[in-house]
Order: sequence, then structure tokens, then C-alpha cells
Amino acid sequence: MILRLAIGSLSARALTVAMTVLAIALSVALFLGVEKVRTGAKASFSDTISGTDLIVGARSGSVQLLLYSVFRIGNATNNVTWESYRDIASRPEVDWIVPISLGDSHRQFRVMGTTVDFFERYKYRQGRRLEVAYGALMSDLFDTVIGADVATSLGYDVGDPIVVAHGIASFSEHKDQPFRVSGILDKTGTPVDRTVIVSLEAIEAIHVDWQNGAQVPGQSTPADVIRQMELTPKAVTAALIGVESPLQIFALQRAINEYPEEPLLAVLPGVALQELWGIVGVAETALLGVSAMVVVTALIGMMATIFSSLNERRREMAIFRAMGARPATIMGLLVLEAVLTAAVGALLGVLFLYLGLTVAQPMIDSAFGLWLPIEAPSIRELWVLLGVVAAGAIVSMVPAFRAYRLSLADGMMVKT
Amino acid sequence: MPNFSVLRGEAVLLLGESGSGKSTLLSLICGTVHADAGIVRVAGTDVSDYSGGQRDRFRAEQIGVIFQQFNLLPFGSVLDNVLLPLRFAPARRGRVENGPDEARGLCAALGLPDLLATKASTLSVGQQQRVAVARAMIGRPPIIIADEPTSALDATSQSAFLDLLFAQVRAHGTTLLMVSHDPRLGGRFDRVIAMEDIARIERQAA
Repeated sequence: MILRLAIGSLSARALTVAMTVLAIALSVALFLGVEKVRTGAKASFSDTISGTDLIVGARSGSVQLLLYSVFRIGNATNNVTWESYRDIASRPEVDWIVPISLGDSHRQFRVMGTTVDFFERYKYRQGRRLEVAYGALMSDLFDTVIGADVATSLGYDVGDPIVVAHGIASFSEHKDQPFRVSGILDKTGTPVDRTVIVSLEAIEAIHVDWQNGAQVPGQSTPADVIRQMELTPKAVTAALIGVESPLQIFALQRAINEYPEEPLLAVLPGVALQELWGIVGVAETALLGVSAMVVVTALIGMMATIFSSLNERRREMAIFRAMGARPATIMGLLVLEAVLTAAVGALLGVLFLYLGLTVAQPMIDSAFGLWLPIEAPSIRELWVLLGVVAAGAIVSMVPAFRAYRLSLADGMMVKT
Repeated sequence: MPNFSVLRGEAVLLLGESGSGKSTLLSLICGTVHADAGIVRVAGTDVSDYSGGQRDRFRAEQIGVIFQQFNLLPFGSVLDNVLLPLRFAPARRGRVENGPDEARGLCAALGLPDLLATKASTLSVGQQQRVAVARAMIGRPPIIIADEPTSALDATSQSAFLDLLFAQVRAHGTTLLMVSHDPRLGGRFDRVIAMEDIARIERQAA
């Protein structure tokens, strides 16, 4: 009956209570939403590359190497010479090696030269392979396979011509050697979506007439002449390596890092990803902290509402006291109301979250390549909800204690 | 206060203007105020040395309270309101076999239609006061304390209300202590005490 009376008392103040519940619900939804995005981002972040044991590049920082080789952010300070590449490739520990050559761009997208092995070896989201959505892989020297985002944002179809620009954000274009889109990849949510992939030889081919970063004036070798040329690259930007046995990863890493001919760096993608997340994650944690503050604000709002309702409820408390309720019972009643309010707010917040997720999931996926799974609340989220209710109870102790003192002083007679 | 006593089963009217100390006296008897000196004996029990919690429990078990007005929790149903004291008084609860039946019986005896499921705030003032009597009577506490229960009613309703109240307390041999500033009500009571008399003695004694 006490519970029914508490609910009755709450519904008698339906409007203010509804506002409080709404504030708590929104703050809880925000908090859980940020948490969802955070875990989703972290998951899709660490899902960016899998199945690769080592990434090799010129010696720099491990995060930098990861950024340019996998995320296509920033630039390599140096290249790996073809001789070193061949050397590493021929080591017995190496099961497979895929070269990556970066440096050119098409519109805002990076162009990556590689071998067809890339499509087989590059894995994401726990071993998923790249799939061709339309068309086929490169068969000609001037064929290109583009990522899903490249195709949608530039409106390309299979067969369309592409002119690659020299460097990044540059106005000098490799106009003489246009490419043809031979295939478009499925969306992956990884940087591959934003990459124009060509063969390693094609990278050489478009630079045939170029020296020191500029086209030699008046010189333009026809495409069929280029096709006859020896197009072995002089260097690659980085390479992805798979080893024969996981036990050899560290030995190979050490060997590459101590490679005498050239300063090289080999990193474990997982370790580098974690290192990078340590940098990026700070912002996420800050965001989480801010949304936690929003929850606290909503709870303090509830406290203020209880406080301001105390005066008009003195009569009610006097009735309870006259019936023999102890002041502690009245205090408990107020805390119970706060717990109910917070619990309804928290549940409504979960509802908001799932509604929001249902609506926003496809949009977030297509806009950011971030897949937020709709699944039952995790243990962690349940703890968060429980924490909100508990915090509501604790916060309400303050006005409830005041009610305790008031009802002790008022007794059955309200002195107004 | 030197000596003030009410006999078991007696109906006593306490007359006094506001500020004369009526409320303090009622609070002392009900145990929401603790006596600094002297002895408060209610229903044969000395409650002077009771702790706050004991006094609350004692009040719940022994005393039915009727206020001037705003007696009911507006958001509760009539049934919720009538059964409320039982929540805090196990012995009273034990005397009631079936709460709703008992409440219905009391309401009928007080001339109320079957309103048990109705929200208290929708009742008229007269009806509310009668529900308050039903609540005070439920589980038959030995004492009823009424603080100006008729002042919010018009003359006709006052008389009808008192008829019903007296019918109830007489039927169950309940002690009734009612406070009012209206001397015209005195005729129905066994004894009328003026607050000034007690208070004067008190001041002299002090």
C-alpha cells in the first residue's frame, strides 16, 4: 500500500515528475549512447585490420606507421627499398607479404598501389575478407578497384575513367595515364572504403615521365610503350606480413627492426592499434565524463524538485505522522519516490536509446562506417542503470532528511 | 499543566481560542511532542519516557486522529485512506479481519455511499470528514482525538456529522477528546473543559 501511495503521490504531481523523469531518461540515454558509440568505435577501430601479423615500414613511430599504412592518415617519412622488401619477403618466417605503395591521390581519396594478394590477405572485423560488390579485380595495368565510399561520394561506376593526381591535394595530375574502374568493393567500415586501389606496377607506370616530383616537360610515354616496360618498383611505402607460425612474430619483428642495410620498423597491428587508441580514447573518455555529468545534473534536478515539493507536502506528511508513521517512514517514502522516479527515468532512457539506435544505426553506419549493434544491455550497462537508481536514492536523502526534520518538528500540526 | 484527565469512554470537549495551547496538549497526548516535565498517561500507559518511535507506534495503536480539514491523502482512494493507520498498527490490523469489508461497513454506518475506490480529492468536504471518522475508528482504537473537525462544515452538516461521530464512539465505548472554539457544541458532551482554566493553573504553577 505504501508503494501504491507513493505512486499515487507521484502521479498527483504528474507534470513535474514527468519532467524530472524525462530529464533523467534523456541523460541516461545520452550516457548509454556515448558508451555505445565508444565501445562501437573501439571495436570497429580494432577491427580495422586483422589477420596481419606485422606491418613493416621505414623507421618512424609505430603509431605513425599504423596511421599511414592502415588508416591512410599522414605520410611516410621514408620508403622501404625494393631490395629490403625482397630480402624480408624471402625470409623463412614469412608466409606472405603484401606491399603497399602510397603517395598519390584521386580527389580527396588516397591511391594505394599493391598486389592482388592484398584482396586475399587484408582482413577486417575478425577475419572478414574484402569482397567485390560490382565488377572485378584489376586485370589490366591501368585498372583500379575503388572502395565503397569512393564510389558513392564520387558517383563512380564500373568502367568510369579516373585520373590520379600526383601527391596529395595536388594540382598536377597523371593525365596521360587515366585509369579505368574495374571493380567496386563492398562497404567494410575500414579505411579501404576510402581508398583507390591500383597495382604496384601502375604506380610505377604513371611516374615513368616524372622526375623529382614533377613531370618532365614535353615527355609523355604512350600507354602501350609503358606496358612493355619493366615496372618493378624501386621502393614501397610499407608491407603487410603474415608469418608461418605465431611463435615467429617476435623473432621476425626483431630481425626487421635490426635490419642492417636500412632503418626499418615492424609493428604488431594490435599493439599499435592499442597505442593509437590510448591517444584517441582520451577524447572518448572525456565525452563519457561529460555525459556522466549530465546524469548527475538530472539527478540534482530531481533533488531540487523534491526540495521544492516539500512545503506543499507538509500536510501530507502530517497525515502520515498522525496515523503513527515515524519520521523515518516519511523519509523512506521520499527516498522510495526518488528511486521510483530514477528507475522509471532509467528504463525510459534505455527505451530512448534503443529507439534512437534503431533510427540512427543505418545512418551512422553509412556516414561513419561505424556499426552500433542493437543488442540486450550489457552487464556494464545494467550496472550503470543500477548506479543511476542508487545515485537517485542517495541524492534524495538530502531533501528526505529535511522532510524528516520538518515532520519531526511539525508533528501532526502543520504550522503554516 | 497540573492535572488534566479524561475517563475511559468519556466524551470531552476542550474549549479554547487558537493559541491557547490546545494543539500542544493534543501533541503531548499523541506523542509527537515530548513532555519536558511531568507525566503523560494515555490509555493507562505512561508514555512520558517512551522514545519517539515508541510514541509513534503507541499513537498508531491507541489513537484515531481527525483533523480540522485536509484529513485525507488526496491522491489515495477512500479505501487507502481508511486503511492507512492499520499500516502502522499491527494490533489494530489484527482486530480487522477484512480491511475493505470493515471500511465499507464503517462508511455505510457513517452514511457514505460505497465510495471505497473513489479518489479522496474528489469528495466533498463533508464526505471527507466522514471518511476521516471511518479512518479514526478502524481497528477500534480506545481513543479518538478530534481537532475542530466541524469547523469546515456548515451548521446543518456539523450537527449531522456530530450525530454520526457520537453514534460511533458510543457504540464502541471509545473515549472522545474533541477540541473546538465553539461552546454551542458543548451540550452533547459528558464534560466541557475550558482551555483557559487549565492554562491559567499552569501559568500559576510555573
